[in-house]
Amino acid sequence: MLRDMQPLAVLGDFREYHINLYGFGPRKVLVTDEEVAYPDGKLIVSRTDTRGIITHCNQSFVDMSGYQRESLIGTEHSILRHPDMPSAAFKSLWDDVEAGKIWHGYVKNLRRDGKFYWVYATVIPNVRNGRVEGYTSVRRKPSRTKIRESIALYKQLKAQEGSSWDGPED
Amino acid sequence: METTFQLTVSPDFTPERISGWYIYNTWLQRNLGLHFHLEMYDSFDAQRTAICQDEVDLIYANPFDASMLVREKGFRAVAYPVGVTDECVVVVPAGSSVQKIEDVQPNARVASTDDPDIQLVGMIMLEPADLSTSNVQSIVVDGYVLVAKALLKGEADVGFFLKDAWDGLSNPVRKQLRPLVTSQISDIHHVLLVGPRLMESAEDIQSLMLRMPEIEKGQGVLESLGFEGWAEVDQEDTEFMIDLMDTLKAR
Repeated sequence: MLRDMQPLAVLGDFREYHINLYGFGPRKVLVTDEEVAYPDGKLIVSRTDTRGIITHCNQSFVDMSGYQRESLIGTEHSILRHPDMPSAAFKSLWDDVEAGKIWHGYVKNLRRDGKFYWVYATVIPNVRNGRVEGYTSVRRKPSRTKIRESIALYKQLKAQEGSSWDGPED
Repeated sequence: METTFQLTVSPDFTPERISGWYIYNTWLQRNLGLHFHLEMYDSFDAQRTAICQDEVDLIYANPFDASMLVREKGFRAVAYPVGVTDECVVVVPAGSSVQKIEDVQPNARVASTDDPDIQLVGMIMLEPADLSTSNVQSIVVDGYVLVAKALLKGEADVGFFLKDAWDGLSNPVRKQLRPLVTSQISDIHHVLLVGPRLMESAEDIQSLMLRMPEIEKGQGVLESLGFEGWAEVDQEDTEFMIDLMDTLKAR
């Protein structure tokens, strides 16, 4: 089970949430309103097994997450789950990749220090000898236009889920 | 009659490497004991036609084509070059008002070669400006010198370069241009792939590439190709790179 986030790792004022991670149970997360810019020219790459456990991540993934590589490998990918993300977005992701399809979407990710960063993510099933053995996720830099559109959409989805969007709106 | 196999090279090679590939072909035949004909196609389309017609047996391919070669044509990747990268540089004229990617406007004129992975990565780097192939004017030219020329003559607003080609431009040319951003993907690279007709020699070719620096004249051949050496590629490495390329190609 994922460890709760630690206040000592978070700089400045933060809000506390308890989110329920599908398949992994509850986790306390601490978030701030500070965004970290996506690094130009880089791709953030990770792979998981079919349960969503991280098996590989590149240096950009490590750098943007704020965690040590050793604490990422073997951990649930939902360690990046930000409470502003609606559950419906991840349901759509899992529905697509488990059906063998490619999924695309804009995702607000949570760092170890409570800050966030936006990505445009593409997730693809890793098919080996006809079987899905895991998933590769590649993120790239999204435009501000797409981020604003995603915030508007996710606010609606969260309202339908009975929660609210508490982060910055741009 | 002795079989002649075809060796070919991704057409994104820079002109100064052409002689290196002929030297490599001679060295390979001598050390492998097989007969190869080196075919240097001048376009990706011409090379793909040859691949589709099963004319190619050994290919130094770019990552974009590796997917098709492995999954559709039964090729096997055996080695990738050390010391070269497949990164893309997005460049504007030095005097351009564009200071960052987000300043590039719709309908921008974008010059590139027909190198598919550089076109792909270049367009990905324009995405933060809400640009895609549907709202830029694409200008495809025959080489990276012509990409530079299009920028210098004011015929293009943005140019995509293979990093090696950008680094190889003369200083006076580079001073009139300005790189906006360079990709740092590092997980994708060219690979040497063995085709079905040559498959029984795949292990020998891989072993020869890995030992190349220790074999007579091998180091000199590597230098003429601009490589530090070759590194082993296994099936899973190849599959991973193909998955990664597939995520980039997907829209």
